[in-house]
Amino acid sequence: MTEAINNRYDFALLFDVTDGNPNGDPDAGNLPRMDPQTGHGLVTDVCLKRKVRNYVEIAKANQADYEIYVKEKAILTKQQEKAYSALKLDPKGAEGKRKGGDDVGQARQWMCKNFYDIRTFGAVMSLKEANCGQVRGPVQMTFARSMNPITPAEHSITRMAVATEAEAEKQSGDNRTMGRKFTVPYGLYRAHGFISAHLAAQTGFSEADLALLWQALANMFEHDHSAARGQMTTRGLYVFQHDSALGNAPSHRLFERVSVALNASIDTPRSFGDYTITVDEASLPEGVRLLRLAG
Amino acid sequence: MSANSVCLQVWGDYACFTRPEMKVERVSYDVMTPSAARGVLEAIFWKPQILWRITQIDVLKPIRWASVRRNEVANVISADNVKTAMKRGQGTLGLYVEEDRQQRAALLLREVAYRIHARFELTAHAGPDDTPAKYAAIFRRRAEKGQCFNQPYLGCREFSAAFAWADTAEPEPVPIPETRDLGWMLYDLEYGGTEPTPCFFRAQLDNGTLRIPAWDSEEIAR
Repeated sequence: MTEAINNRYDFALLFDVTDGNPNGDPDAGNLPRMDPQTGHGLVTDVCLKRKVRNYVEIAKANQADYEIYVKEKAILTKQQEKAYSALKLDPKGAEGKRKGGDDVGQARQWMCKNFYDIRTFGAVMSLKEANCGQVRGPVQMTFARSMNPITPAEHSITRMAVATEAEAEKQSGDNRTMGRKFTVPYGLYRAHGFISAHLAAQTGFSEADLALLWQALANMFEHDHSAARGQMTTRGLYVFQHDSALGNAPSHRLFERVSVALNASIDTPRSFGDYTITVDEASLPEGVRLLRLAG
Repeated sequence: MSANSVCLQVWGDYACFTRPEMKVERVSYDVMTPSAARGVLEAIFWKPQILWRITQIDVLKPIRWASVRRNEVANVISADNVKTAMKRGQGTLGLYVEEDRQQRAALLLREVAYRIHARFELTAHAGPDDTPAKYAAIFRRRAEKGQCFNQPYLGCREFSAAFAWADTAEPEPVPIPETRDLGWMLYDLEYGGTEPTPCFFRAQLDNGTLRIPAWDSEEIAR
């Protein structure tokens, strides 16, 4: 296993949606998620993590150490078996020779080594021994929230066909069905993330894994196009790198440095150009470096 | 304030301190539990030499709710399958979320802020060099600088917590003017035996302040 990362990171991610539904709410008939009190749009952390997983699955399709544990059915990997056959060449490394007792730890390590999403986000393993069945991943993300209230629009659409013969008979050959679709005309969303070097050491999350995470966050929407999503794009990825594992400044103070403001004459934002992003890079706390990886 | 006391302010957009009796469709307690507060402190600083004891939690913002339903995975990784795959060098371990999913609602708290009063005790692991002053200083330094082992969170990891050392010299933010019985609340898990055992206490909000009884007091139902 390669060296785990040694620095703590905090990051702010900006992405936008045009005429699409970034994250449907199963409680509200798939309407875009909203905070009912303020009208701000929401995208859950798990939704974003799903996209990271999908990106990694595409980007590292043939590599054994980059397996994805929690798969989406739409992307079928035929590589599954390969990961394990590859291991045969390396029949139980040093850690495999340990006798008994440490089975659980060994299994956990092995899962971390093979699966990118487990060493990044963690996973729960069902183990008999209480309290040791979990891997906490180093990467922790929050809900994304839109900068301004969103106004979801409902569109009725028609299909020039029906699904069953019975339906066709009922319509005496008219053969049309109506459907519904929800979009957000425009929304700029912001999410925050945290990477703990200490938890990275526990799962073996390396510098290469980190680089892949940044790449995934910057490009994940490019490979997630669908009828529902409309146009989604990562607009900014601002990463605060602390020069130590513990960190050098409170994360909320760092996030305050990335401010997103609606331009003066705009009431209804409809494009990214309606916003001005300012990043205060002056006099960063000692030991904190700002990396602008997108935007 | 004695040498081993600390006071930390934490806040965040959302929180979910899940009630154990409603954990499938998660419903949060009205306020932070002592066990969640301990988790926050441990995310900033913990060593086997010390043990955090929460003494009081001040609720600084009105109790407000939000509901979120998400697609979640229904299963956990089977350790037996992993071991088999490791031994044989092949096997299918992936999990297809589309086939194995549950939609679960969560009733969350929104826009929360708390002030956690706690102290720590030295455990049997403490050596002669381990003084309360040393650990209090380490904790204070980390809290002031925003350093942490991992970012603390309010019940679930997606609800990250911002934190700051609460200086007792500064004028304190006033807890919400609310007094009521919150019912039985999870105190913490006891890890002594083979299985962790949950312990409960009767939570009373007194003018926005939740007083936490001592761990070994008779108010704790085990």
